Amino acid sequence: MSVIIELEGVRKTYRSGSLAFEALRGIDIRIDEGEYVAVIGPSGSGKSTLMNLLGCLDLPTEGRYVLADEDTSSLDEAALAAIRNRRIGFVFQQFHLLPSMTAWRNVELPLVYAGLPRHERRDRAIAALERVGLGDRVDHRPGELSGGQQQRVAVARALVTEPALLLADEPTGNLDSRSTSDVLGLFDELHASGRTIVLITHEPDVAARAGRNLVIDDGLIAVDRPTAAAGVAQ
Amino acid sequence: MSWWETVRSGLAAIRSHRLRSSLTVLGIVIGISSVILTVGLGQGAQKEVKDQIDALGSNLLIVSPGSSTDGSGVRGGFGSASTLTYADASAIADRDVVPDAAGVAPATTSSVSLVNGDTNWTTSLVGTTTDWLAVRSRGLSAGRFFTAEEAAQGAAVAVIGPDTASELFGRQSPVGQQVTVNGTRVTVVGVLTSSGASSSGSSEDDQAVVPVGTASRLTGSTSDTVSTIYVEAASEDRLSAAYQEVRALLANRHGVTTADADFSISTQDSLVETANETNRTFTVLLGGVAAISLLVGGIGVMNIMLVSVTERVREIGLRKALGAAPNVIRRQFLVEASLLGLTGGLIGVLLGIVGAQVLPQLIDQAVAVSGLATVAALATSLALGVGFGVYPAGRAARLTPIDALRSE
Repeated sequence: MSVIIELEGVRKTYRSGSLAFEALRGIDIRIDEGEYVAVIGPSGSGKSTLMNLLGCLDLPTEGRYVLADEDTSSLDEAALAAIRNRRIGFVFQQFHLLPSMTAWRNVELPLVYAGLPRHERRDRAIAALERVGLGDRVDHRPGELSGGQQQRVAVARALVTEPALLLADEPTGNLDSRSTSDVLGLFDELHASGRTIVLITHEPDVAARAGRNLVIDDGLIAVDRPTAAAGVAQ
Repeated sequence: MSWWETVRSGLAAIRSHRLRSSLTVLGIVIGISSVILTVGLGQGAQKEVKDQIDALGSNLLIVSPGSSTDGSGVRGGFGSASTLTYADASAIADRDVVPDAAGVAPATTSSVSLVNGDTNWTTSLVGTTTDWLAVRSRGLSAGRFFTAEEAAQGAAVAVIGPDTASELFGRQSPVGQQVTVNGTRVTVVGVLTSSGASSSGSSEDDQAVVPVGTASRLTGSTSDTVSTIYVEAASEDRLSAAYQEVRALLANRHGVTTADADFSISTQDSLVETANETNRTFTVLLGGVAAISLLVGGIGVMNIMLVSVTERVREIGLRKALGAAPNVIRRQFLVEASLLGLTGGLIGVLLGIVGAQVLPQLIDQAVAVSGLATVAALATSLALGVGFGVYPAGRAARLTPIDALRSE
């Protein structure tokens, strides 16, 4: 299996005047294609920083990050934007859907920035919505959908570009228990169909659904272990 | 992201905040329409003055009495003396002395009452020579002008303007009728055509033209001074030569130097120029006020765009996370600001054009809307949008996606 994510000696230091805070203090991670990894850790452990680096939303102070054979460490903002567009599908805790747009318009947004023609965008957006089970809600606005449905739209948006990595930041943090199992079930399906998923969470039972758990503590990886679910999903 | 996509998404963003967008646009609308109207008013006034002066006749030199210096050395103001005489006009008419003049018409002007039965009309009585018609480029709509013979005799004949004719005779033909001027009966022999000046109430269409001798007799004047001498140059090219010749001749006759002449000579151009200078001052003044309101409108656009950037921080962060490069974000906000500006410009131009139709009915002042001013106004509104959009767009483009996404 090929390596999708490779972090080598990654450090991230935030500076504010003379104060410096080391959020990550030397991280090495390899994630293979098709893996379902949960990153867990208490708040302040550095897992949000790691998520930002993995999502190419921020650059490491030191170290190397290779995503799908592309070294991202020395890219400028525009190039990072292009990488995010092509390689990464984001799912956020707050869904981050644009309220004035219908579901399919929200889903097609990454394709707009990829420069695809309009009819192709619509076809692919609707296909992605069908995939997450919202084929009958394409013309609904986010306000007309339940929380779980909104998060499904967000997942469809993350999938529509066929990214190498699905990066989910506390995707169930704003959902009730029914919607949570709904969305996690969707992740299980995507994992089963071969998607690479990295999920950031602080909930142990959410992390237990993944095949591998990375526990971050104080800017370092404290534990890297397969879970009980690993055998089942593979 | 194509330009068309950007424009569409800009329009969607503008539509989603209707009230706020309309108020922003309103600022530009007021600015643009007031610029168009003030420039139109200025140009309308200039055109009106030019038409009036053009109606004086082409290739025309107008000699007026100027300042004079009396025996004690006291210098009178412009027009304070009657220094021009009928003899001056005769001297200018000498082709050997003024070869570049084609015609000369001295004119005296006084105010008289013309009486036809019960109708009494006060107008200006112009005493002149037979050359007047040609020199002033006027025509006759009925009858004839007085002859040289009548002029020499000081015959009691008059040619009247079209407005005078309708005031005194209504729809009747005035030719052959008689009017009484200061107790003397005068026969109307002809009616002038309208001077073509657009402004109503122009004195060019309301006057009675009689031979010089007749005018002196009717008004009881014994002086041989004239109020104006009209000189027609042989052609436009020779206008300047005629000007020099007339000036030298009159200076010589009056025993003054040209530097402290007791007369002044103006051309149509110099009259137009003087009138335009006055108008231009007003246009610049009003236009300046309008430009300030346009500037305020532009600041309104900037203000709203800044609000819009602040309000949409999360949206910007999301768009960036999904792959929008900083330039794409910048372009989106610039296009949005330009659309606000351009919409305001279009509505402002429409309002200005409508105003230009309505305003003349209310204030009796012509408004000329020029195509150039309209195009310039539209370009300005677009430039305002872009210009005042640069800073907010730059702020949006510089937002980092993490901070933007995290903000609540």
